Formats: sequence, C-alpha cells, structure tokens
Amino acid sequence: MIGLAAGLLWLSGGQIAGISGILGSLLSRWGQATLWRVAFLAGMLGTAIWLQAVWPGAFSLAGLPGLGMTALSGLLVGVGTRLGSGCTSGHGVCGIARGSVRSIAATLTFMLTGALTVFLMNRWLESAG
Amino acid sequence: MKRLAWAFLAGALFVAGLVLGGMTQPRKVRGFLDVTGRWDASLAFVMLGAVGVYALLYRRGLRRAEPWCGGPFARATQHGIDLPLLLGAALFGVGWGLVGLCPGPAVAALATGNGRVLAFVVAMLLGMWLVDRGRSRAASSGEQRQ
Repeated sequence: MIGLAAGLLWLSGGQIAGISGILGSLLSRWGQATLWRVAFLAGMLGTAIWLQAVWPGAFSLAGLPGLGMTALSGLLVGVGTRLGSGCTSGHGVCGIARGSVRSIAATLTFMLTGALTVFLMNRWLESAG
Repeated sequence: MKRLAWAFLAGALFVAGLVLGGMTQPRKVRGFLDVTGRWDASLAFVMLGAVGVYALLYRRGLRRAEPWCGGPFARATQHGIDLPLLLGAALFGVGWGLVGLCPGPAVAALATGNGRVLAFVVAMLLGMWLVDRGRSRAASSGEQRQ
C-alpha cells in the first residue's frame, strides 16, 4: 500500500514520495510546487486522525522515551534527513526501487546506525536495570 | 486540481500503509532494528513489498512522456556517494533508533495528540531548517570569495 501510494504520486504528478523532502521544502520559499505537498500532508493527517479514532491500538506509543530524548532524536532526524537528502520513504522505498546507488548507500547506513543505536541502548538498559 | 486530489489520495493511502504495517508503533520499529536481540522481521516485508510495488509503477512512469496530470517527472538531482549523504544518513539512523520514529510515521503519530510526538516533529523541522540555513550561508560565503 505504501508502494501503491508512492506510485500514484509518481504516475499522477511525477513526484517522489519522500516525506522528509516534502516536509523540508515547506521551510523554504513557497511556490506552485508547495500545493501538492500540502495536499499530500493533508491526506496523511486526515487519514491518521480518522484511523486513530477507529483503531487507537495501531498508534500505540508504548516505549516512547521522555521529552528530552524525543526532542533530541527529532533534531537528529531533521538534520540527518536534510543533510542526507532523504529518509526511509525517499531513500528506503523510492530510491531503492529506482536502483539509485546513493539511496542504497544511505539506506544501508541508516539501518546500520539505527540497529547499532538500539543494540547499545538495550545493553545500557540491561546494565542499568 | 486533479493533481492535488491525487496527492491527497496518495497521502491518505501512504498513512494507511504505514498504520497497517505497524510503522506507527515505535516499539515495533525498534524491534525491527533490534537485529541482534529479539528481531521483529515483519517490517522488512512491509518495506520489500513497498519497494516491489513502487518499482513496477516507477517503470510504468518511465514509459510515459509525462505524468497523468502533465508536467515533468522529477529527476534525481544529485549523483554519486558523498560525505553529507553518509553523515546525514548515519545521524538519521541514530535518531530513528533512539525513539523508533522516522518522518512519515511521526507525522501520522501527530494524530495521537501526544506532546512528545509534537516535540519530535518540531525538533525535526528545526533540524531541517538549521541545515538549510547552514547551506545557504556556506553558498553565500563561497560567492563572496570568488
């Protein structure tokens, strides 16, 4: 379904469904191309609000760390995706499907550091607990 | 107008896919990244499925002169692997691993109204803005030198 959504955006308007790119470009000067991005985000948020109402279990935030940690991680994700020109959707789905060498390298890198982070955190939690 | 309706529909389907795949549950995402522990491989199938479907539709697009609603097809503007790409991806991975949220699911999770999710998204936008500002500064100082 994620692939179908990204494919529809590509076939209808020729756009890449990279969430970090869509969000990031809203921070610079707005123009004609802002419209489809806002429409895409409106579709995302509207559906999320509806699904959350009918199926709250799918939005379980169990295990989400405290405010300081989530804010720090948000900053890392923001800086990282802008510097690296993409996230899980743009590189991980669209880029890999195109066979882009840049996206394959980026995806391997963020999967590796992500796995390493989880590994180290679990280790630390074990020794702390 | 048609273009915007498609974009809205694509955004809606995208979130439905994330939710059905379990991407809006940070614990599940961290379970997927926990390859050395109790690895939850289900998200690998979500991702592979998305790559497979998108690859087919992407090729369909390549055979067309232009998208359904006109205009050009987006093209990759950067080629080759460079330091910002790898450094950025590495930082993103750390942030992703720490909380189990990446940009798409974070936007979807705003629907919970949770303050920590909101802080995550605001900090993420701030991070993006900082990089943009740094880049435009670097570009303007480069012009002055020339």
